[in-house]
Amino acid sequence: MVEILLDATVRAGTPILFATLGAIINERAGIINLGIEGLMLIGALGGFAGTYLTGSLLTGVMAAFLCAFVAGAIHGFITVQLRGNQIVSGLALTMFGIGMTALFGKGMVGMTIEGFERIAIPGLSLLPVIGKPFFNQDWLIYFSFALVALIWLFFYRTRWGLAVRTLGENPAAADTCGVPVNLYRFLAVTIGSGIVGIGGAYLSLATTPMWIENMSAGRGWIAVALVIFASWSSPRALLGAYLFGGITAMQLRFQAMGTSVSAHILQMLPYFFTIVVLVVSTIRLQKGASQQPESLGLSYDREDRK
Amino acid sequence: MPDLLQIENIRKTFPGVVALDDVSFSVSPGEIHTLLGENGAGKSTLMNVLTGLYHPDRGSISIDGEEVHFASPRDSLARGIGMVHQHFMLVPAHSVFENILLALDNVPNFFNRKEYKQKIAALIDEFGLDLDLDSPVWKLSIGAQQWIELIKLLMRDCRLLILDEPTAVLTPQEADRLFTVLERLKKQGKSIIFISHKMREVMKISDRVTILKKGHSITTLQRGDYDENRLASLMIGNDKIPQWQKNLQMSDEIVLEIEKLSVRNDRGLSDLESFDLQLKKGEILGIAGVAGNGQKALAEVLTGLKNANSGKILAKGEDITNSDAKKSYIAGIAHIPEDRKSIGIAPDMSVDENLIMKSFKSGAFSRWIFQDKGAIRRNASEKIEQFAIKSGPDGTPVRYLSGGNIQKVIIARELSEAPAVLVALYPTRGLDIGSAEYVHKVIADGADEGMSTILIAEDLDELLKLSDRIAVMFRGQLVGYVDPRNTTREEIGLMMSGEKQGGAACN
Amino acid sequence: MQLITERREISSALFRFSAPIVSIAIALFVAGFLLLASGVNPLEAYREIIIESLGSMYGLSETLVKTTPLIFTGLAVSLAFRMQIWNIGAEGQIYMGAMAASGVALFSGIENHWLMMIAMFSAAFFCGGLWAGVAGFLRAKWRVNEVIVTLLMNYIAILLVDYLVYGPWKDPKGFNFPLTAQFTDAARLAEYFNTRLHSGFFLAIFCALVLYLFMERTVWGFEIKVIGSNPKAAQYAGMNTGLAIFMVLFLSGAIAGVAGFSEVAGLQHRLQHGISPGYGYTAIIIAWLANRSAIGVVIVSFLMGVLLVGGDSLQLLWQLPVAFVYAFQGLILFFLLASDFFIQYRVKLVRGGIHG
Repeated sequence: MVEILLDATVRAGTPILFATLGAIINERAGIINLGIEGLMLIGALGGFAGTYLTGSLLTGVMAAFLCAFVAGAIHGFITVQLRGNQIVSGLALTMFGIGMTALFGKGMVGMTIEGFERIAIPGLSLLPVIGKPFFNQDWLIYFSFALVALIWLFFYRTRWGLAVRTLGENPAAADTCGVPVNLYRFLAVTIGSGIVGIGGAYLSLATTPMWIENMSAGRGWIAVALVIFASWSSPRALLGAYLFGGITAMQLRFQAMGTSVSAHILQMLPYFFTIVVLVVSTIRLQKGASQQPESLGLSYDREDRK
Repeated sequence: MPDLLQIENIRKTFPGVVALDDVSFSVSPGEIHTLLGENGAGKSTLMNVLTGLYHPDRGSISIDGEEVHFASPRDSLARGIGMVHQHFMLVPAHSVFENILLALDNVPNFFNRKEYKQKIAALIDEFGLDLDLDSPVWKLSIGAQQWIELIKLLMRDCRLLILDEPTAVLTPQEADRLFTVLERLKKQGKSIIFISHKMREVMKISDRVTILKKGHSITTLQRGDYDENRLASLMIGNDKIPQWQKNLQMSDEIVLEIEKLSVRNDRGLSDLESFDLQLKKGEILGIAGVAGNGQKALAEVLTGLKNANSGKILAKGEDITNSDAKKSYIAGIAHIPEDRKSIGIAPDMSVDENLIMKSFKSGAFSRWIFQDKGAIRRNASEKIEQFAIKSGPDGTPVRYLSGGNIQKVIIARELSEAPAVLVALYPTRGLDIGSAEYVHKVIADGADEGMSTILIAEDLDELLKLSDRIAVMFRGQLVGYVDPRNTTREEIGLMMSGEKQGGAACN
Repeated sequence: MQLITERREISSALFRFSAPIVSIAIALFVAGFLLLASGVNPLEAYREIIIESLGSMYGLSETLVKTTPLIFTGLAVSLAFRMQIWNIGAEGQIYMGAMAASGVALFSGIENHWLMMIAMFSAAFFCGGLWAGVAGFLRAKWRVNEVIVTLLMNYIAILLVDYLVYGPWKDPKGFNFPLTAQFTDAARLAEYFNTRLHSGFFLAIFCALVLYLFMERTVWGFEIKVIGSNPKAAQYAGMNTGLAIFMVLFLSGAIAGVAGFSEVAGLQHRLQHGISPGYGYTAIIIAWLANRSAIGVVIVSFLMGVLLVGGDSLQLLWQLPVAFVYAFQGLILFFLLASDFFIQYRVKLVRGGIHG
């Protein structure tokens, strides 16, 4: 029972995990991206179409990354190079994503593909309780584990990562150290967006292996909230994403058991819990438990007079 | 041998302002070259051009006789030019190590932490500094942060170091130590551009002095060809300086009393720790202290922007601790904030509107729930004339005004209701001498009419000139009072660094 | 060689005024390619949009019917924008307003028309207001990000209405469709010219005028402007910014709630699944295009009304998904942001680089 619930938790949490990691990369460089919801849809459709057309899941995942990378480039160009309002640009990206995927996904509705196969990791998958949920999964889930570690190493063990973190804190400091501010910020937005796209692809390739209009259903917004819960750190993002995976898994379990509580009410739970978690994390933030990047949301103009 | 650096006919404009016009000067290898000029003369702008932050409209920069074009700080760094900015370019949340590492040249993307830590630690030892590499920068004093900025440049092996007003945040003793280091660097063959408007320092360390005035380079003088008076007259020229005189009228009546006040900041550290202060009627009480020792918290708690964690504030005997800003205002405390652009004004709104920001609900400017636009306009014309504010056409957003005029708008608003107490933070920072003297005159005139002022400033000369008493702060505590007619800069300096307790000379 | 940007002198009013128009034009142009890609001739499609929405009295009335909720929600979002507060939750607030008004219409038993209208209006007003007020409270008290809270509450509001219309409020005689019983005549707004145009439209115009006076002429409007321009300065000037944030979000939600009242009392005469096809999101674009002015909101709402009516007919003719309108709205915003840049800056090619 616990095993089944944990397994469902990991599978439901994975799309949100990718989305949260992508959002963290954006925000670490100082750019708020409220287009996550739209990027997930773009990734979902791109991933599904890629797999459907080539029959290869790997191609699908790469297509998802690429589509979201390109869409993210719009947000990056507007907010970094053109110093546009990050909140408006992000909302525009979400609308754009919802609309574009509805338009171009029309022909994909009702098509089916072969989803992921589980690959058991020898030894580890035999562990009691956690063995099956964590080590008898598809390769995209294993990739998400690796990504959590890689992102942490990137930020705290490479000079690139240090430069990107500095952009989020004080872009002028990075500039005077010779860091190409706009280029790095743009890349952070696009690569982060691409990773969000992979989260979307997980929805259309694994969760329900088909394309459904608006299938992200607010998961992108949950990811935006989770960034704060995660204090902009990738290991904590893993925790947050599985927390929500868990709530979703339990909600589905209740429905399957045929409880008397309305399905509509149960479906509210993830959104409700996100708000609660957001409030608690924000209060912790204010108490100094962690710090948000100081220049988050601010555009940088070298020639602005100080 | 060609000059290390040659700047010719530089011009730089910003929307509506010519910041630099036809500026030329040169720097030789191994010299300390001072740029002298009042605030607003264009010193920092010129240096931002030299480091590639600003792009000049016209003119040329040559290094070793070869003309160069800087499109970004990357280009100027590659030529060995480095700068310690007046607003430090540090990331407070990052460790000392991370801040220095980012500034280094040729660090591989996958670097060896241990190796670089050792390298940096070696240089820190060489200067006899006490810096913990793993400590986040926000925990360090402003003086220590300045050392980090300097170390960043030295690790890069810069040939030309630019220091923009480096002594503003130092005690006199710390400044002396900095000068020793600069002399040493000069002996190693490095060139230094030193920016200041403090005559004493300029006399002490410069080989040559170039004077900037209103965006023009007036002249360059060799050491020995100038004295303090000559420099001062060149710097100020024949500008009109408002005259004022302070009549000592301090009475013994205490209008404001602070008892054992403690304030903690967002990070849970104490900004003020059991702080005491007494302010007398008609007094100008100077507060001396190195920036970051609790001055800002003091002003914010007095004006209700921050709450006290413990202790009491009494205004004329009435307890106003933890009342909100509105109540404080009613209790008669006016406030000239430190960061005038970020909290003093609503930048997108007009001068008229900014002038009534505190009194917009009063009967003078409103009828029932509607605003009285006529009265608001009349008030603005009055104030603009009285305080000689250059405000541009009607309805111009305040952010288009110069720093001095923005400060006048704030002062006009704050003093409009004849406050009993004024808390002024660095009220002349960034102002040219004319505007600064005007601010001094307003404060002195206020004192004549019984207004008490808490004057927080970083320039000891300003405090010594204006104050009736000076209280010295260190680490959120009151070190003691001194009598400005009866003290020395050295005594205050020692108190500012916590090395000496207050003189009993002053009551 | 390298490109750099320089801030322009204060930009001209003409430039600022033309920016929204230019961005809509470019968005139309780019959207043309999207239409082409889905096999629709864009010129034909645009002609169709104009004819359907403006070509007949009926078309015009339908456009005004769509304009009505857009004006309410556009005003709601603009009001919050004035203070740099983002109410992305107008969609959910419409649902809450509609739910409250419907509850009164179905269960209060009031028979007098005016009493009924006042009761339904107030219920919608307070319910929408409180719904947004939650985000206002959280923002004022703990600085919780109001964008995320208002947005997530949309999902909850829509699910709550679904719960009611699929469950306890479902019309027993409704053949199991997710809708409530029809309202009595006392609970319906007047309709005009034998069309679906109802008095909610005039209420929306009236609301715009009141809000214009409120924003431009009253001391509260002034306070909101100061807080929007610089919240720290407002606090320093003694304004209670926390209370103002709560009040403004409450009022913003209340106005959006009234849109819900207007929809159920004026148009649908019952509560049902999907009563708003995203008016609350379109409102964000309206507020931004109108540059937060109440009068501008009315004009831009009408333009968006044209687009929505036209979009419906495209759906019928060429089976384009309704969500296509979102893609178009996203494009408008992108181009508007880009044009803002060229209003503020000029781009220059300069020599640079070490060997440049």
